[in-house]
Amino acid sequence: MVSAIALSAAIALSLAACGGNSSSNKSTTKAAFNAGVNKVFNASDTKGGTLRFANSGDWDSLDPADTYYGYSWDFIRNYGRTLTVFKAAPGAAGAQLVPDLAESLGKPSADAKTWTYKIRKGVKFEDGTVVTSKDVKYAVERSLDKDTFPNGPTYFNDFLDLQGYTSPYKDTDPNKLGLKAIETPDDNTIIFHLNQPFSGMDYFAQLPATIPVPAAKDTGTKYKEHVVSSGPYMFQSNQLGKSFTLARNKYYDPKTDPDSGRKALPDKMVVELNVNADDIDNRLISGALDIAIEGTGVQPASQGKILNDAALKAKADSAVIARLWFTVLNADVAPLDNIHCRKAVLYAADKTGYQRAYGGSTGGEIATNLLPPVIPGFQKIDLYEAGTKPDGDTAKAKQELAACGQPNGFSTNISYRAERPKEKATAEALQQSLAKVGIKLTIKNYPLADYTKLYAGKPDYAKANKLGLMIYGWGADWPDGFGFLQQIVDSRVIRPAGNTNLGVKIPAVDALIDKALKTTDQAEREKIWPEIDRTVMENASMLPGVWAKGLLFRPSNLTNVFVNDGFGMYDYVTIGVKQ
Amino acid sequence: MTAPLEVSGSDTTATPEAVLQGGDIVGRSLGQIAWRRLKRDKVALTGAGVVLFLILVAILAPWIVKLLGHPPNEFHYPVVNADTQVPSGKYGGVSRHFLFGAEPVNGRDLFSRVIYGSRISLLIAFLATLLSVVIGAVMGVVAGYFGGWVDTIISRLMDIFLAFPLLLFAIALAGVVPDQAFGLAGNNLRIAVIIFIIGFFNWPYVGRVIRGQTLSLREREFVESARSLGARGPYILAREVLPNLVAPILVYATLLIPTNVLFEAALSFLGVGLRPPQATWGGMISDATHWYQIDPWFMVSPGLAIFVTVLAFNLFGDGLRDALDPRAR
Repeated sequence: MVSAIALSAAIALSLAACGGNSSSNKSTTKAAFNAGVNKVFNASDTKGGTLRFANSGDWDSLDPADTYYGYSWDFIRNYGRTLTVFKAAPGAAGAQLVPDLAESLGKPSADAKTWTYKIRKGVKFEDGTVVTSKDVKYAVERSLDKDTFPNGPTYFNDFLDLQGYTSPYKDTDPNKLGLKAIETPDDNTIIFHLNQPFSGMDYFAQLPATIPVPAAKDTGTKYKEHVVSSGPYMFQSNQLGKSFTLARNKYYDPKTDPDSGRKALPDKMVVELNVNADDIDNRLISGALDIAIEGTGVQPASQGKILNDAALKAKADSAVIARLWFTVLNADVAPLDNIHCRKAVLYAADKTGYQRAYGGSTGGEIATNLLPPVIPGFQKIDLYEAGTKPDGDTAKAKQELAACGQPNGFSTNISYRAERPKEKATAEALQQSLAKVGIKLTIKNYPLADYTKLYAGKPDYAKANKLGLMIYGWGADWPDGFGFLQQIVDSRVIRPAGNTNLGVKIPAVDALIDKALKTTDQAEREKIWPEIDRTVMENASMLPGVWAKGLLFRPSNLTNVFVNDGFGMYDYVTIGVKQ
Repeated sequence: MTAPLEVSGSDTTATPEAVLQGGDIVGRSLGQIAWRRLKRDKVALTGAGVVLFLILVAILAPWIVKLLGHPPNEFHYPVVNADTQVPSGKYGGVSRHFLFGAEPVNGRDLFSRVIYGSRISLLIAFLATLLSVVIGAVMGVVAGYFGGWVDTIISRLMDIFLAFPLLLFAIALAGVVPDQAFGLAGNNLRIAVIIFIIGFFNWPYVGRVIRGQTLSLREREFVESARSLGARGPYILAREVLPNLVAPILVYATLLIPTNVLFEAALSFLGVGLRPPQATWGGMISDATHWYQIDPWFMVSPGLAIFVTVLAFNLFGDGLRDALDPRAR
């Protein structure tokens, strides 16, 4: 507990050091490729103007209980305040949690099963009423109701000691605060009781579900039409599926918000929905639009255009995302049950080909191990010469094949998701490179929607149909070792079907995950993730392919732009407009 | 079926006396007449020429590719821009070594892939057509000649087959094909399944036409006379009816082939055809859709290949129909 406090103090210090103003050396005004990565581009404190966003699709929901898109979590900080939040700062600081609505990060009990947060005093909703711990509790309660809010994450459903509680809409308590897993002894204190030790509670506390919701204003599924703001902006108008406008929330007091790094520069934010993706790119390039809100990068057509034009390229940023494209080596399928045969695949695979399949260096970096570089604790672990011989090491692969007892190679299948052309290109590239050492791959594709339910993610099917290699990808909900690793390497999450762990079963890894869950000291915990990473790589259970990147475009009229490592896209609470 | 007197352009210079005196008017067979008509139809002949050319290309694919291209599945990273993943050079990387350009990302030779793709398309189209025509002809003749309850059953069967959602069925069946069955494995099995699906479900189109023709033939004088002379059913069918059905069968087969080329391309486009890296025209177009904005040339060569093939077969088929059955003009 002491260490946790010391840690948050240390973070506060480091924030003060890089508190993004124009005098900071972590900023630049010269337009250049990647000028918005790891530093602030066009730093400014000038307020005013309108920031124009566009979305090629529709939001899953604007309701904080019902949203699961990274861009939505990035943007929602404009109209809501979570207990903790990813710091609005460039570089690695953006992947660090800081307190937002809470006064400090959570204080765990010794067994890491009980977590206490103090709510800041003086935070107000858009109607002037004071935010209390009960509003937060109510917000978490309603997020548990997956019948009403099916889109949001289920972390609170899985980790809170619910004791059968399902929904505030079915609550017999007069104040609808019947959930025993959350206590609110006074208006400023909120205590979470978990059903298991979980050291990463602060990551749950940054989920939009902790944005306070006044019970009296809750309209259930209709709440998304007008979310009651606790942040710097509030809804001025909202036409679902078409557009919405945010204006300043006059009850937002920056004094109550010292840590998050919010700038709140523009006077207005306008978001258009369901705009054609290519149209968005063209408007960005012409200056008729400020931000493509999805933050997944420009369309392939624009990518070619931007990369081939120096002036346009200077306005682009290649943002690292907490996502890995990889291929699982299925130990259930002979002869891949032999570790030497798996190592042969890892050596022989053409890593450059993998990268090319995902668009070359703009699509991502060749991955040497699992954890993407933006995740705190990251270490580069290159056991299979991905860095030194990226085209594949035929000699080493042949040695391993001999050790495996298959000196002439073997035949197996490789699966990919039919709707993903990049995965098809990967399969073809692997087929070519593995053929050089005699490993013959038969390519099989399966529909994306059923890939985990019926095919690759169903161990019985994968085994019966001899899917030796299974192409897949995984992105963390937030840049943290647990969020990234647990779903893809913990053998205990493997179910009869619908798996995201396609077959990594290593007892040592499970033990390390348990250890990490009980380690409340953040620095200590972040040493465990690379250990898990290394263990999986030593076991040759996965062929890491590409650490993903997205090519973002920043029009020149924007100020204070940078990529937030916590979201892998531009930070939407700091951007201003040139006046 | 008597042959109408032919007065061709070159004959008009001959004097009527010569015809009378010579007395050597040769009785021309149906085939000869049709061939004479076809010879004068330049469009149909061009179609036939292209069809022949395509068949030759498909048969000689390995040699052509050896001479002018690269192995169809070989990667050529150097011809692709590593930043944009698009082939370097104009028109999708067209050069002396890459006649149709290269594929984005992996730089495979589009010329070789289009040439190899023709094998798949034509093989499937021909065999599927053969299957349809054989089933269709037999069922049509039987239904038309015997009539009565046989006709009723076969006709209703045709209705059922015609109402069948063929594309959906093909997608479903191709999706569940195992790796090995009937002594075939991998892509060979998938080719067989696709031939079966296309061939087996397209026979009613041929069957209906043949049934109609048989119905009218059955009542014709020469059939009546054969019957009155004591000929039995099988003899009449084989000697009197079938020879007169050769023309419609031939025409419908020729016109069914391009339809089947398109159907195979559609299946490959939807990803239920052959497995990658096997080159198919539909599969190439499907891949090209992801690149059409940056590298539209990728789509051109397989698209043109399908276009030319279908057009050539259609022109030839139309010409053949006109030649064999001038009344249908």
